Amino acid sequence: MFPPLPNPAIEETKPGFSEKDLIRRSASRIEPPEQRLTEVAKLIDVSKCIGCKACQTACIEWNQTSPEIGFNEGVYENPMDLTPDMFTLMRYSEWDNPETGELEWLIRKDGCMHCADPGCLKACPAPGAIVQYSNGIVDFIHENCIGCGYCIKGCPFNIPRISRVDHTAYKCTLCSDRIAVGQGPACAKACPTQAIVFGTKDEMKQHAAGRIEDLKSRGFENAGLYDPPGVGGTNVMYVLHHADQPELYSGLPRDPRISPVVEVWKGVTKYAGLTAIGLAAGIGFLHHLVMGPNRVSERDEENAEELTGGDGNGRL
Amino acid sequence: MAAYDVERGDAVHPGRPVTVDRYTAGARINHWITATCLVLLALSGLALFHPSLFFLSGLFGGGTWTRIIHPWIGVVLFFSFFGLFLRFWRANLWRREDGTWLARVRDVLAAQEENLPEVGKYNAGQKFVFWAMSILIIILIASGLVIWDQYFSGYTTIPQQRVAVLVHSIAAVVIIGVWILHVYAAIWVRGTIRAMTRGWVTGGWAWRHHRKWLRELVSAPPDEQQGSKPAKSK
Repeated sequence: MFPPLPNPAIEETKPGFSEKDLIRRSASRIEPPEQRLTEVAKLIDVSKCIGCKACQTACIEWNQTSPEIGFNEGVYENPMDLTPDMFTLMRYSEWDNPETGELEWLIRKDGCMHCADPGCLKACPAPGAIVQYSNGIVDFIHENCIGCGYCIKGCPFNIPRISRVDHTAYKCTLCSDRIAVGQGPACAKACPTQAIVFGTKDEMKQHAAGRIEDLKSRGFENAGLYDPPGVGGTNVMYVLHHADQPELYSGLPRDPRISPVVEVWKGVTKYAGLTAIGLAAGIGFLHHLVMGPNRVSERDEENAEELTGGDGNGRL
Repeated sequence: MAAYDVERGDAVHPGRPVTVDRYTAGARINHWITATCLVLLALSGLALFHPSLFFLSGLFGGGTWTRIIHPWIGVVLFFSFFGLFLRFWRANLWRREDGTWLARVRDVLAAQEENLPEVGKYNAGQKFVFWAMSILIIILIASGLVIWDQYFSGYTTIPQQRVAVLVHSIAAVVIIGVWILHVYAAIWVRGTIRAMTRGWVTGGWAWRHHRKWLRELVSAPPDEQQGSKPAKSK
């Protein structure tokens, strides 16, 4: 049993982190802070999840997103995908385990993974629209968001969604506003089985290790922690009973990383592009400096006059 | 029979100096609408391309307005350029002398016109600019629609959009390079810009840079064949 999240304090609490704790800021160069905060993480133990959607409800409630009431599509997912109003989503998959012949109901709480190397932030062209705090939280700052949708292309997990109302991007904030005042994320607070727990990243890894051991003792040989190194690790991690096949969990990517296309776009293209443009302008400037203008000579004009049959006095 | 590269409205007026009509008012207006769009697109696009140029978004009312307005300017440019394409494509078809001209590009850069073949209304460099612009604008509008998130994000997958945004940025860099070439050539070769402002060039300019075109105009004045001018009293 992990110690449950404390209830909020009655007295006013000062935020535990702020803009001075940023380690990355989209489209900006910043001085990293001297003092780093302890890395936090949310651990989602898939094996303990009962699919009740309390986390979804808590998320809606805390973030006051008020999604529209949807339709029953005949499946458990509701809504069918993440939306600008639904930052987290229970995804259900039924898997016929060929080894045991048992039907397994694999439920995964989808949402932002808070990557250590965030693709959304890398792709973002708007200064300060996406920030990363030294505690690992990746947050969208809506007043700086221009709604271009580049974060969607940058994200290896297909998480951000653009609102059709205010045309800015939304995703899970890891409840940065709650964590700043010593609270855990709303989803973790609401989870009735402690499938979602929150603490420092080290604590979470430790807790996961115990859970994995327990799962292995129950016959889940391939139980393991999902903390993908391709994105530098994540601050939302999963305990999976089948960590060798993350795809089983509604397409959780096996080795997520920022797409090489995005890396090229935001890397060499950006620098080589500006250099090429500068060079072209520079060559033109130099050429003019060395050659001087290409002027039409008197002789050219006379030749034209002769050709047109004039007598050189403007008469034909 | 009109020569392939004599466009509507081209006409030579003997005098001192000889003047040659090169672009109709319609073509000039069409050109400057396209040019304005291209400059605005480059400025707004560069603002989103490199963080150090984000300040350019201030010209458009901030990042959000830049994001909103850029694709619409692109749509205007596409149709405006299409107008130019219809006007100019025939005269930009590749000719035998263009290869020779291109092979002697060193003489071009050294302004040794006497070593160059006589060329028609457009030389190989101008034809390159024309076709490069045509192809790049098709690439840019197509990739641009794919990444126009507000209206078209639902029609493609995210991996497709990633490729589109990369293609769009590379094509944009190339077209800015082509634009620099175009503008520089117009500045370097004196007397050229007037063709696109007032619509005419001097005979000497035509003799020096587009002698074949000038000869065609002199030998077969298009006015009589195409009737593009109001009928004169007989």
